[in-house]
Amino acid sequence: MPDRKDDVYGDHISHKFNDELMELKTQFLEMGGAVESQVERAVKALIDSDGELAEQVRLKDKEVDKQEVALDEEATLIIARRQPTARDLRLVISVIKMVADLERVGDEAKKIAKLAIKLSEEGQAPRGYVEVRHIAGHVQSMLHDALDAFTRLDSEQALRIMKEDKRVDEEYQAAARTLLTFMMEDTRNISRCMSVMWVLRALERVGDHACNIAENVIFMVEGEDVRHTSIEEAERVVGG
Amino acid sequence: MSTLNTAVAQEMDKSDEAELPAGESRPAETVIEEGATVGAPYADDPKFKLRDVEVFYGEDRAIKNISLDIARNEVIAFIGPSGCGKSTFLRCLNRMNDSIDICRVKGSLQLDDQDLYDPKRDVVELRARVGMVFQKPNPFPKSIYDNVAYGPRIHGLANRKSDLDDIVESSLRKAGLWEEVKDRLDATATGMSGGQQQRLCIARAIAVSPEVVLMDEPCSALDPIATAKVEELIAELSESYTIVIVTHSMQQAARVSHRTAYFHLGHLVEVNDTNKVFTSPEHELTESYITGRFG
Repeated sequence: MPDRKDDVYGDHISHKFNDELMELKTQFLEMGGAVESQVERAVKALIDSDGELAEQVRLKDKEVDKQEVALDEEATLIIARRQPTARDLRLVISVIKMVADLERVGDEAKKIAKLAIKLSEEGQAPRGYVEVRHIAGHVQSMLHDALDAFTRLDSEQALRIMKEDKRVDEEYQAAARTLLTFMMEDTRNISRCMSVMWVLRALERVGDHACNIAENVIFMVEGEDVRHTSIEEAERVVGG
Repeated sequence: MSTLNTAVAQEMDKSDEAELPAGESRPAETVIEEGATVGAPYADDPKFKLRDVEVFYGEDRAIKNISLDIARNEVIAFIGPSGCGKSTFLRCLNRMNDSIDICRVKGSLQLDDQDLYDPKRDVVELRARVGMVFQKPNPFPKSIYDNVAYGPRIHGLANRKSDLDDIVESSLRKAGLWEEVKDRLDATATGMSGGQQQRLCIARAIAVSPEVVLMDEPCSALDPIATAKVEELIAELSESYTIVIVTHSMQQAARVSHRTAYFHLGHLVEVNDTNKVFTSPEHELTESYITGRFG
């Protein structure tokens, strides 16, 4: 647990309130860490054709779901007990929203794990894994950076993640075209390529969720909602 | 200068320090620039136009160069730690500070473009236009009826008994009290519950058809149900009156007011839309106060 004296949420008159907010942040970061590792292991299981690892990822998702429920409960209790305002309120509200994103990232990891099991059972030469590896690396670092921006209340880093999301979308489109070419080359590739396409789609969604988390970090820090606005508007909020 | 009033003024100054919890201190590093209020302190066509207001208790400057507009039919909440000057500032608005010998008010204070502190102004008439409800319910030791009828009688607002009856009924209705007391208007007001007494005081204040109602912590002595009733009443009254409310309950300010003004050590630090103040205030002192970082 970070030292509360150094934390902007740690200097209330009520020490109990400090502890509750600290606990909320800590639990959130624990869930974030668990979800990051789920994505990483799911991708590894896919690329290594490791059905056993994929099965572990699938089972672990239940734990992530439990963390979501526990965090929502903690946040609800803080609202009931403390009626938080201003930055405290923004923290609690953002955590509630970001927890939902993390849980969805967990679901995407589970989806990838299931496809990894399917593909490993089919056992043919991999096609499109270069693209998977590339996009996976990209969205994993976005997710990591989003959690890091949350920890350090770094809205500039959050803004960079929002910009990255556009690039992931482009990469996804390019990868989809490549897979389409494979499918046209040989119709026997279709089923397999479709599975890889679903993996890419899941990874692209992970990027979207990382972007949502980044938007919430900007809201926490700057007090302005940048969802559904342009990048220029977000730049104004963060820069001004 | 009376010794009593001096003592009162000294206590008011001290209360600033006295209410801090042991071991806590005010943040020293934040320097407040005098008269530099952040946010939106001004309004178009205001009810009150207050400029460069200063209030002194003897040598002590309790209000430091505050400029603020209060709009028509708005509910504005004054919040801030004890001793920050919010009640002192509120009392300038109907010249309640006149009764304190050592208190001097400087600056320009206008109600509907007319000087509040014009020596020729009739203060009794002013207080009929700008009514006040205090922290503790203070009904007269008279019947419920007489409490409400008192103001209209001395201001000569009713010529006939039936007119007076109408004023009493409509005031009690507006205060949400009529159904509870209509069968015992002759009963003594001091026998009512605290919440009823406070709503009676509000009925008494609105019986003289004021334009503005000042409320100085009107719910601090009430239970949550009575508080909810008074807050409900504030929402209804705001359709026809301008309401200025001093409150220590931040949640109350967030619930009832349109704008919130944050006072700190005699300065007006921030005035903004209440929704903004409680979600993302502009000034760090406002933020510290409303989030419970110092108190």
